[in-house]
Order: sequence, then C-alpha cells, then structure tokens
Amino acid sequence: MTLAHPAFQLTRRVLGAPTVGPLIALILAMAFFAVKSESFLQGQNLSLVLQQVMVVGVLAIGETFVILTAGIDLSCATVMAFGQIVMTKLAVAKGVDPLVAISLGILACVGFGLLNGGLVAAVKLPAFIVTLGTLNIAFAFTHIYSNDETYSELPSQLLFFGRTFTIHGTSITYGVVLMFILFGIAWYALTQTAWGRHVYTVGDNIEAARLMGIKVNRVLLSVYTLAGLTYGIAALLLVGRTELGDPNAGQTTENLDAITAVVLGGTSLFGGRGTVIGTLIGAVVVGVFRNGLTLIGVEVVWQYFVTGVLVILAVSVDQLTHRGRA
Amino acid sequence: MTEETPILEARGLVKRYGQVVALNGADFELYPNEIVAIIGDNGAGKSTLIKALSGALQPDDGELRLDGAHVRFRTPGDARRAGIETVYQDLAVAPSLDIASNIFLGREARYRGPLGLGLRLLDKRRMRREAATHLEELKIGIQSIRVAVESLSGGQRQGVAVARAAKWARRLAIMDEPTAALGVRETRQVLDLILRVRERGLPVIIISHDMPHVFELADRILIMRLGKRVAVVTPQSHTMSEAVAIMTGATQSELEQAMTKDEPAE
Repeated sequence: MTLAHPAFQLTRRVLGAPTVGPLIALILAMAFFAVKSESFLQGQNLSLVLQQVMVVGVLAIGETFVILTAGIDLSCATVMAFGQIVMTKLAVAKGVDPLVAISLGILACVGFGLLNGGLVAAVKLPAFIVTLGTLNIAFAFTHIYSNDETYSELPSQLLFFGRTFTIHGTSITYGVVLMFILFGIAWYALTQTAWGRHVYTVGDNIEAARLMGIKVNRVLLSVYTLAGLTYGIAALLLVGRTELGDPNAGQTTENLDAITAVVLGGTSLFGGRGTVIGTLIGAVVVGVFRNGLTLIGVEVVWQYFVTGVLVILAVSVDQLTHRGRA
Repeated sequence: MTEETPILEARGLVKRYGQVVALNGADFELYPNEIVAIIGDNGAGKSTLIKALSGALQPDDGELRLDGAHVRFRTPGDARRAGIETVYQDLAVAPSLDIASNIFLGREARYRGPLGLGLRLLDKRRMRREAATHLEELKIGIQSIRVAVESLSGGQRQGVAVARAAKWARRLAIMDEPTAALGVRETRQVLDLILRVRERGLPVIIISHDMPHVFELADRILIMRLGKRVAVVTPQSHTMSEAVAIMTGATQSELEQAMTKDEPAE
C-alpha cells in the first residue's frame, strides 16, 4: 500500500485532526479497563483518576505552550518540586503567612520560567539544553533549601486544592476544578487572542514570524514564564494532594508524564500544531492507564512500560503526519 | 515621465561588507503606478538594494526619500509602518494557520470595546470577512478562507503572501523573486496577480531572474552591475538580449549606447 492510498490518506487525516486521535485513544483505553474491571467506571474511581491527573494536567498546560513554540521544557516537574518546597518550608518552618508562602512558591517557579525563557530567547540556546540545566539547578535548590527535610502539618490554606466537595455522592476535588478552569483560560489565550496566534507562528515558521513583525523574543519569554506560572500552580495542587512538602516529589513520573500528555494530545514536537484540549485528553489518557493498570493488578513497573510505548506511538504518528505535510 | 515626484527614491547607496562592496553608489526611483524590475547577475547588488529599500539592512552611505521626504528605515518594521510591504521568495507564511490568520498575521484585529481591550478577544469573523473580500477583489480563487495554508499549492500560498502585501501596503510593494519556488502554471497565476495589484494603483518593485517575465511585467527595468545601477531600460527600448548584455558586462561603448538610448524614454 503506497502512501497515496485513500485508506492511508483517510487514516492520516483522522489521526492528524487535532483531537480525534487522542479522543479515540481515550475511549479505547476506557472501554478496555471497563471490561477488565467492574469498578473502573464508577463515579468515585473516575473522580480519583481526575484527582491523580490534576498535577500532571496543569504541568502539561505550560508544557503545551512551550512545545507549540517548537521548544521543550524538561525542567517542569523539578521546578514544581522546588516551588512546593519553598511554599511549605516558608509556611511551616519560617512561620510566613500561608498565602504569602504560596505566592512566593509560585513566584520561584515563575523565576525559573523567566530564566528558561531568557536563555532560549535572548541567548538563543536550545531549549533542550537550557531546561536540562535548569532541571538540575531546580533539583539542587530543592534539596539544599529543604535540607532534605519533609514538611508536614501544613496550614489549611495550602491544603485547599486537595479538599473535595460532593455532588450526587461523587466527591470532586477543588484542584480538579481549578485544573479545568486553567485549561479553559489556556484554550482562550491560544485560540482567541493574537498572542496565541503568535505562539503558533513562532513554532510554525519563526522566520515568517520575524518578517511579519511579531516580536519573537517577547513571545518566547512570555511562553516560558507562563509555563513557570503553571508549574507553580501545579506545586500548590501537589501540596494539596500529598499534604506534604517533600524534597523527593516530582522526580519520578511527572516530568515524562507531562510531556507524554502533550504529545498524546496531538501537539507536534516540531511546533506550531496542537491544542490544549488535546493535552487535557492526553493527560487523562495517562491517568486512565495508570489507574486502570493498578485496578487490574498489573505491577507498577509495567505502567512505565506502557507510558513509554504510548509516547513513542504518539511521536510516530506526529512524525508521519508531519512528513505528509512537508 | 516628467517631473513627477518618485514614490521612493534612493541616491548613492553604499553598503560594504568588509572588503566587499555590495552597493557602490546605487540610485533608484519608483514612480506612481508602475512596476519596476531590478535585474542583475549574482552579486550585482540586487538583494542588497532591496534590503536597503525594505529596511532589512542599513546602507553605510546614501539617502532614501519617500514621497520626496528624507527617511531612514532602521528595521523592516519602520518600512512597514511607512507603507512598504515585502513578499519573500521563500513563502513567509505560517503553514498551520488558516488563510485569514495569515493575511492578518502580526496585525490581528480585536473586537472594539471591553472584549478587545480587556479580554484581547480576536474578531475572527471580521478578519475572515475582510480577507475573503480582499481575495475576491484580487480574483484569487480559493475555496475557503478557513483552510490551513499548508493545504494550498505553492502558487496559492504565494498568492496569499502577495495578497497580504497588497492589503497592507499603502505606498508600494516589494517582491523578492516571488516566483522562484513555483512551477510554470503557478508562476503564471502569481504574475497575473501582480498585474492586478498594480491595476489597483499600488506600485511594485520586483526582482526576478526570469527575463521573459521581467519584460512582460515591468514598465521600467533597472539593470545592476557591480553594486551600481548601470542602465534603466524599458521593454520597448531594448530587447532581452540587449538587457542581458548590459547585465553581464557589455563593452563600455555598448553601455553608453544603451544609456543614451534610454534617455528619450525618461
């Protein structure tokens, strides 16, 4: 079958459509786990899936911005971990007002975003190297600042987004609501404002963006800084969920999961193509797999295996459709 | 052409790159409602001249006049604000965005009032409507304004780029080898489009290697050699082979002949 074959073209068009592919993946995954486990589709379990997804979901919003500009941010989860330590240590060990502590924690993440953006935009370093560097710097800061201590007995303001309310017997986490709101805002910014257009253009054809008078450096700086802001908010959600300030948080699955969510959601690693709604679906797919595999009693290491396979599959589809366009 | 003020005029432009002199006192003028073609061998200084006119580089010496007034373009943005738009050969479009978005790229229209000011909300309907009307006026046949530019043919993409320039250029449009990347039929479409742009009253500067196209489109042809304008000819006053002879370094007497032959036309 050649590449011009109608069936292949159709497949490519369907897979290439922004959110159809991710949606099919989500439905298939949910159908599979619904058959394998009776409890999977119960409201309480689905609510749990979303609660497990909220941190990675919010991280993935910032990651989507960055990847749309044809960049990548490897530092997202370690920056979040640092923000989490800043807010918990300040609130618990330093007696800082909790709201101030939260603000400073978020600000620390914004600072890392600014650093990433400045190095990428002004010094013109590759995002991969810059964020690999800041990943290690944030990791070091986290352990130095916390002295490897864990902070618990947090004031209630830090725990709010881990709290739940109940609708029809299903408990819903406030953090999940915040995640949906943030996805809404991100969708609006990317699709309904000139800034969003410019983000896509910078990733799509950076030379065209420059020639059309778009301030490319300013766009890049704003993208990485906003990404830092989302990592800061993710830090607050993480604290709400774990009720801890843990120096070892965010160092295992979250980094890769956030990037996986973006790629599974149909955003191209080549930049310029993708949607934040796709990312939301991608994040839920990752959550469904982790939750479902646990429910049917698959060992945790196999979850890594599955995530790895998923991300390679998604990137292959991206590569295939990209080649078709070029 | 008599004492009319040129829309754009350059006098004695010089640009050096170390030991290399790219422009060595080049002159240029563009009058209302005409298409001027710039031809010259590789390294003759065409691109450097165009870049100086569009603000992409700053000449070391010489002056630019726009409608008779002295101007300096420090960036392409300066030239753009002065009403000069440029079309590039390598298709400066954003492939994944739709046609309307590309036409309004960098100049997006927001809603008036709080929606636009506070929420920065784009007026997509207005942009689509204006883009569609504009393409219709230029007779660019495209099924839908909403399709992504990447799904268009090369000719249609360049059509979008020319249409964008025509929409925003208040004074003149510069086309830098606009058909270099295109096939025969697509080239034809873009040439027709450039003629329609001129019919609408917009003067055009075009760089091209293709002599038949140059002789078909241009009212005047400026020939560059060694960083200087060596002759200005018209399709009526000279044949293609004469123009090529001047361009590639004809003898001095031939050159002088060409220059004097050009005088009555001026």
